[in-house]
Amino acid sequence: MISAQYSFFLALFLFVIGASGSLLFAKNDRLANWWQNGLAVLASGCGLLTAVKVLFFGEAFTLSINSTIPNLFFSFAVDKLAAYFILIISFIGLLVSVYALGYIKHFYKKYNIGTLGFFYSIFLAGTLLVVSAHNIFFFLIAWEVMTLASYFLVIFESKEQNNIKAGTLYFIMTHVGTAFIMLAFLLLYQATGSLDFGTIKEHIGNASLLTKNLIFIFALIGFGTKAGIIPFHIWLPSAHPAAPTHVSAFMSGVMIKTGIYMFIRIFVEVLAGSELWWGVIILVLGIFSSVLGVLYALTEHDMKRLLAYHSIENIGIILLGLGSALIFLALNLNTLATLSLVAALFHTLNHATFKALLFMGAGSIITQTHTRNIEEYGGLMKFMPQTAFYFLIGSLAISAMPPFNGFFSEWLTYQSLFSGIQITNIFTKGLFVLAAGALALTGGLAAACFVKAFGITFLARPRSKEVLHAKESSFSLRFGMGILALTTLILGIFSGTVSKIIFGVVNSLNGFQQGSQIFFADGKTVKLQNSFAVVSTPIIFVVLVVVLLLVYGIVGMFTRNRKVKIGCTWDCGTKLESRMEITATGFSRSIITIFKGVLKPSKQLEVEYRDANIRYFEKSSTVKLEIADVYTMYIYQPIQNLVVKFSGYTKNIQGGNLNIYAAYIFFILLILLIAFVN
Amino acid sequence: MFKLYSKIFSTPTTVIPANLLCSEEDVENIGKKLHKKIQTIFNGSLAIRAVDSGSTNACEHELTALGNSYYDVERFGVSFVASPRHADMLMVTGPVARNMRAALVKTYEATPDPKIVVAVGDDAIDGGIFKGSYAVLDGVDKVIPVDFQIPGDPPSPKIILCYLLNILEVIEKKHQQKNK
Amino acid sequence: MSVIIIWTIQLILVPVLSPLFLGIVRKIKARFQNRVGASIFRPYRDLWKLFHKDEVISEDTSWIFRFAPYLIFTITLILGACIPLFSTLFANNVLSDFLTIVYLVALSTFFLALVGLDAGSAFGGIGSSREMTLAALTEGGFIFPFLVLSLLAHSTNLFSITNAISSLPIFDSTPIILTFVAFVIVMLSETAHFPFDNPATHLELTMVHEAMILEYSGKRLALIEWAAANKFLIFLALGANMFFPWGLITQSSVWAVALALCIFCVKTLLLATFVAVLESSIAKFRFFRLPDLLFVAFILSAMALFII
Repeated sequence: MISAQYSFFLALFLFVIGASGSLLFAKNDRLANWWQNGLAVLASGCGLLTAVKVLFFGEAFTLSINSTIPNLFFSFAVDKLAAYFILIISFIGLLVSVYALGYIKHFYKKYNIGTLGFFYSIFLAGTLLVVSAHNIFFFLIAWEVMTLASYFLVIFESKEQNNIKAGTLYFIMTHVGTAFIMLAFLLLYQATGSLDFGTIKEHIGNASLLTKNLIFIFALIGFGTKAGIIPFHIWLPSAHPAAPTHVSAFMSGVMIKTGIYMFIRIFVEVLAGSELWWGVIILVLGIFSSVLGVLYALTEHDMKRLLAYHSIENIGIILLGLGSALIFLALNLNTLATLSLVAALFHTLNHATFKALLFMGAGSIITQTHTRNIEEYGGLMKFMPQTAFYFLIGSLAISAMPPFNGFFSEWLTYQSLFSGIQITNIFTKGLFVLAAGALALTGGLAAACFVKAFGITFLARPRSKEVLHAKESSFSLRFGMGILALTTLILGIFSGTVSKIIFGVVNSLNGFQQGSQIFFADGKTVKLQNSFAVVSTPIIFVVLVVVLLLVYGIVGMFTRNRKVKIGCTWDCGTKLESRMEITATGFSRSIITIFKGVLKPSKQLEVEYRDANIRYFEKSSTVKLEIADVYTMYIYQPIQNLVVKFSGYTKNIQGGNLNIYAAYIFFILLILLIAFVN
Repeated sequence: MFKLYSKIFSTPTTVIPANLLCSEEDVENIGKKLHKKIQTIFNGSLAIRAVDSGSTNACEHELTALGNSYYDVERFGVSFVASPRHADMLMVTGPVARNMRAALVKTYEATPDPKIVVAVGDDAIDGGIFKGSYAVLDGVDKVIPVDFQIPGDPPSPKIILCYLLNILEVIEKKHQQKNK
Repeated sequence: MSVIIIWTIQLILVPVLSPLFLGIVRKIKARFQNRVGASIFRPYRDLWKLFHKDEVISEDTSWIFRFAPYLIFTITLILGACIPLFSTLFANNVLSDFLTIVYLVALSTFFLALVGLDAGSAFGGIGSSREMTLAALTEGGFIFPFLVLSLLAHSTNLFSITNAISSLPIFDSTPIILTFVAFVIVMLSETAHFPFDNPATHLELTMVHEAMILEYSGKRLALIEWAAANKFLIFLALGANMFFPWGLITQSSVWAVALALCIFCVKTLLLATFVAVLESSIAKFRFFRLPDLLFVAFILSAMALFII
């Protein structure tokens, strides 16, 4: 059997071959499609093998290759945490590539499939490199590779102006983040004198508190931009919809998790979570991201933007777990910190599965109906029944409904927050109470949003003519979605076993080795240490199914002579039209009105009259409903204005006069001579 | 607040006892033979949907009065519901204006079997004072099959209640006959 | 043998008794209006009749319309069996974790809202929109009272909570009273009573729960109405037994079972009377005043958390 190390590099190699081959075969759409996606499937399979071997057989490995450039070592280190993320990357990558086999067909003859394959393979390979890099420079190179590849994928459909703008915003925001990451890493280098993550981990204890705080802030901003935390999220809602759907699924499901991965690496492992206010900041950011993310999702009726905002919300939930872990670490409560980290990591896996599932469903719908606007969908259940079923499973999973996987990870997050509430410090208690309230509110609003998304898309009657052309998606699309739907159910039912595996991952991190059993998980139930809470998702599933069948059987037997007649929807006797159904805007209007202090909705009414002087008979009227973009207004616009103003001042240095430039050179030389002679 | 609550105990009962309602009028089944099932299942629970097919609203006022604390139709197990899907009996008023024909047919089709249709008021029976007009169809039975009729223009709540009780008795009598 | 009897009673108590409580509430409301009102056994006759009627199903609906009533009724059956009703002999029940119960209720609300959207009528859409808005805001208020109780009892299992609360000294009862008020607000919201919803209205613009089920007929309507009655009794039982848990038996003798059932009926009747009196005294609130009320529920429980 091949070892973990060998399969990892085989995966990278296969991605490279996939990339170059797809460029070579760019002229032949079909061959390029099969080459890139087939090799991506194989490579993801190898990645899965690596992850399995490291997680279950303990074959963690490190490898370092010298290069001719000084200070640059290609060092890889795959321990259990990295293997867990490689598992997520490979699993989602595999299914997304299978999906892409059928999905890319609608790009044939319009765009260059070869470049798509090239950047897609490089993107996946880059993500694999990011989670396994062990050297600062190598990490930055891998980060850049991942970012640039995803940038080109975002602007792939270059004929749409919106995509280009989205790509530009993404490019700028992510490089701002990279700048902060570089600052954090430079501080790490300065504090420990080494570029290797392993050495940094050992020596960082000597660094001053100020250095550690600065590293925390810079890493938070830098990786937070990639993860999509509010207020650094402004690129996410435009970039994820712009990319082709299989790439959006991967970006939303996996790429933003690399930010979370680095959070865990730096805050939990390297800095060992020593300050209380770090965890507090992350918990507060988690509260804001989760609640605001779902509120903005409710205002959207572009299907992909809605799903992108839900990614922000779920990152917020992961941060709730991470923040409480950091707080517990600072208070030296390692067992509770383990619980919170397991919750955060489990939610990472769960979100990757159901978000990819939902994006795949959205992609199928969009290719069939050629529009992203939910208001034009309706009745798609009759045209695409299987897609509808898988989308329903995804909606149930993301709304944390038992017995799917979202329920269990939210249950764990709740338990970690409840443990936090029991801490007697009044300040942290209040914070945990707020966090628990925010989590409850988020769960409820997410369910509301997915009732809207699923109900208006698939149920009732079609709202536009485009929908009538829709057909069921092809086999590869359905296969990808079906496997993911099955995964959500399996992860939900076997959550006890999975949480044991994740517990092993957390235990392998620095500083956790002495973590005792916070929870006991066997195949059936998950029990917390002091018997505070017990949950058993397999029993919930079995009981639901058994009682459902019983009820169906008994009622069916009792009423077997009743007839069912098919008629029209009761419409008070009028003629039913598609305009009488509720719209997505109308569905969420109540919630928007309730939260109008936060969302700041505005309504503009424009009326055009037949005679501009005698304004009696209207020709047409337009209503524009908008949500204020507070982040651009209050954060990014002022910063932009400040930078522009400052640049204006520095413009004055360039006088254009050669004599001034000579004077500059003379004076600087003079100052330098004086300084160095002394 | 407590004065309000105490009034409940001090106010005398205003509900008309059932035996004081008239029992001489006999209601006739003009529709086809009632479905056998109705006898067993409408015993003690009848849901009525009132359909206005273009009436003068006089009958509606009287129907509304059925629920007040003087006639109190609820104590006989009868209630008014919001949707024809939930209904067992359709009480149709009005002479079926031309524009309400389709609506009335849709309501009839939306009501699940077994059902009873009652035409309330002279207008609903044969057009009443609007008989012969170009705008009406002269009675509910020209559009949907009618089982019972309640004459009057409009029939007072006492008469409607009396006929309702007789209809219930017809249903029950047939039920008792069947059991014998 | 007696354990089997107790098990059977626990499983069927909620579905058997729930229409009776519905009838009692309606009777009390009728009495307030100086009427005689329907008999308290009328809901049983309604269910019997509905199971014997045929159905008319709209052609615009999908399998979710046909499937949802079974699922919603199933969930109420499961919940009815998992909560403390009259005995604590089922303390190891893994399904009695309060988060599981909250999320099972949320699952039934999810499918009910989908059903409202399924037929494509305007009424169902409005009903679903309002129902999901209220459900989203109620979830915080639903979880927190139980959280307060579980922190007092050091366990999230409902049966352990009743055991612990019943042995608390009387001076520790301030947080329990506060959370009871919060729970009553949540109960009114989830079971569609005043001031959140009018269960007897015919005006679609004022409906929340009724609007979503306007399309149902026959046996499916019976299942949904029965499920709504079950939900009402479940919330009454939770309110009565979690906050005032005296009267739950631990042994299994016949007299103890009979006594416990009587006490259970008395407690839930008191709560049901309160709901009926409330419905006859106040008007339904305007929809946008309801979030304030739900926020009050959350604040009360948060206050109670700091008092513990």
